[in-house]
Amino acid sequence: MTTEFRRFRGTPGYLTSDALESAVNCSLALEKPLLVKGEPGTGKTLLAEAISAAFEAPLLTWHVKSTTRAQDGLYVYDTVARLYDSRFGDGDVRDIRRYIKFGPVGEAFRAERRVVLLIDEVDKADLEFPNDLLHELDRMRFRVGETGDEVVARERPIVIITSNNEKDLPDAFLRRCVFHFIDFPDQELMRRIVAVHHPGLDAALLDQCLAVFYEIRGMQRMRKRPSTSELVDWIAVLQRAGVTAVRLDRELPFLGALLKKEQDLAAFADQLSGGRKFRS
Amino acid sequence: MIVPFLYALRRRKLPVGTQEAVNLAKALSLGLHESSLEGFYEVARALLVHSEQHLDDFDIAFAEHFRGVTFDAVKITEEIRGWLEEVQKLRELTDEEKASIEALDLDELQRLFEQRLKEQTSRHDGGNRWIGTGGTSPFGRGGYHPTGMSVGPAGGGSRGAVKSADARRYKGYRTDVVLDLRQIEVALRRLRAFNREGYADELDIEGTIDATAKNAGELDVVVRPPRRPDTRVLLIMDVGGSMDPYADAVSQVFSAAKRATHWKELRTFYFHNCVYGRVYRTDHFGDPIGVHELLRVTSPKYKVIFLGDALMAPYELLATSADEPGNPPTSGLHWLSVLREHFPHSIWLNPEAPRGWSGNTIEAVRSVFPMFHLTVDGLTEAVQELTRRR
Repeated sequence: MTTEFRRFRGTPGYLTSDALESAVNCSLALEKPLLVKGEPGTGKTLLAEAISAAFEAPLLTWHVKSTTRAQDGLYVYDTVARLYDSRFGDGDVRDIRRYIKFGPVGEAFRAERRVVLLIDEVDKADLEFPNDLLHELDRMRFRVGETGDEVVARERPIVIITSNNEKDLPDAFLRRCVFHFIDFPDQELMRRIVAVHHPGLDAALLDQCLAVFYEIRGMQRMRKRPSTSELVDWIAVLQRAGVTAVRLDRELPFLGALLKKEQDLAAFADQLSGGRKFRS
Repeated sequence: MIVPFLYALRRRKLPVGTQEAVNLAKALSLGLHESSLEGFYEVARALLVHSEQHLDDFDIAFAEHFRGVTFDAVKITEEIRGWLEEVQKLRELTDEEKASIEALDLDELQRLFEQRLKEQTSRHDGGNRWIGTGGTSPFGRGGYHPTGMSVGPAGGGSRGAVKSADARRYKGYRTDVVLDLRQIEVALRRLRAFNREGYADELDIEGTIDATAKNAGELDVVVRPPRRPDTRVLLIMDVGGSMDPYADAVSQVFSAAKRATHWKELRTFYFHNCVYGRVYRTDHFGDPIGVHELLRVTSPKYKVIFLGDALMAPYELLATSADEPGNPPTSGLHWLSVLREHFPHSIWLNPEAPRGWSGNTIEAVRSVFPMFHLTVDGLTEAVQELTRRR
């Protein structure tokens, strides 16, 4: 147990809150994976990049998909290549190690120095997926069954796991993680976030954009409420097009950058035209 | 102070146990809370809460527990330490839990904590946030208490922890109240199941290797049918009348079900108040299909979700009438029983709150179908019931 460790304080390009810093530091100090949840577009994935930048540790990303198995993250034994080689006589097929391809977790363990391992959108995979990784992430080691080699982490990687809540994660898994829920930024924080992306934006336009944005987010019956990334994109489009003022009305310029669903556009138009009771 | 807080969390159904207590003790001994209640709030929240649905309960418990109290970090670690020693003797722990406690060297923890305290004293000498209480320090540094700290508004520019807990910003994420489309989709997703069927066009690598090995190395390719979703769902909804106030909630369940791409089949039908002999394919009671006809074309494998308030005049449920001239007269309740018998995987979702579920027709319907409240929690339980093996 060590009392001295470098604390995470955000980076110039990534603004954090006390709660987020606290969660990251807990995860660093207790050597537990950090599980980050939150609305899409609140910067869950960017957090890993920021930590990687702050600690100058390379980032290894594992994008989880619905077909991803836990094993894929450790290593894959390329049986087909070996079979192929055995039939067409290319290389030494007796050496199984030539056909073991390490996945992101395997690479993170084998790295010479400390890395940041991002397991992105862990909820996309099968329900059992997180459980299958418990042991490896806990002990920071695994065995390659085919060769009997043991892969042990030289430097314990910083593990960041993001989830979009598509599935509940198993309790045993949750218990081993430090949890942080990224709040949707309030106007003040949002102002600073936008300033990072669009330095030198006209203050009056920013005020108007934020007012409109939070107004739309507050509207009833929105299926997909616009998020930070949509606001940043929207402002980019407005700047490109030379728009200098926006106000909330039916002719809001480039509304499509904020609202992506037909029902939401309908609900938007509907509420601006007097809030008639609308039922989809 | 802390252990009662952990129990307060447990009373609010937050799954905190030994492992969480150990983590918290470790984090505090490392000084992660930076000797402030604000810091403690953040650290405790990161370590004790595992899901945003519990954040609101955490905030409530925190505000109740720490309102106006003096934050005393020494006592806290003492307390957790005492509790951990206690718990090792008293409670039945899993091997894993035992190991995690044993791995934690309590003396080491205490030593680190003292060291931490010394650092804090030197750093905070002359600070205005440290309040001496005199002679109470467990480390015998008489005269003042280095970490006693008031929680009042004197906290300076930063937002008070109790105040931010009071704000209850996470109310919207509770799962026993809200129901939004995405949460419904997530709940319904658990209904999926897979099966291999259809044309065999997927290479079975394991099988191929086995077969090739058995074939003395001559390549023997094995193929299998791909894995496909194998869940068929019937959604049968009550519309009109007393269901009107719930139209939004019902339409959300409906759109979530429609958008679920992981089912093999979804059929929807409508009824008004109760099922009498037939259900309808449109919500304006058009295109009827007789219940017996429905049972003929649907196998008992279907998962059936009824959605309705089950509130009606008693005669609507109990009075007998013939659905077709010449058929024996039957009651609404009988028709429900017929459906229940055919579909072992069937449940009833009710938007009415469970406190109003007795002494009316809901009680009668509940005697036929397992009934669940139309909230995320209720839906989750309902899905568990539907996926239970029979």
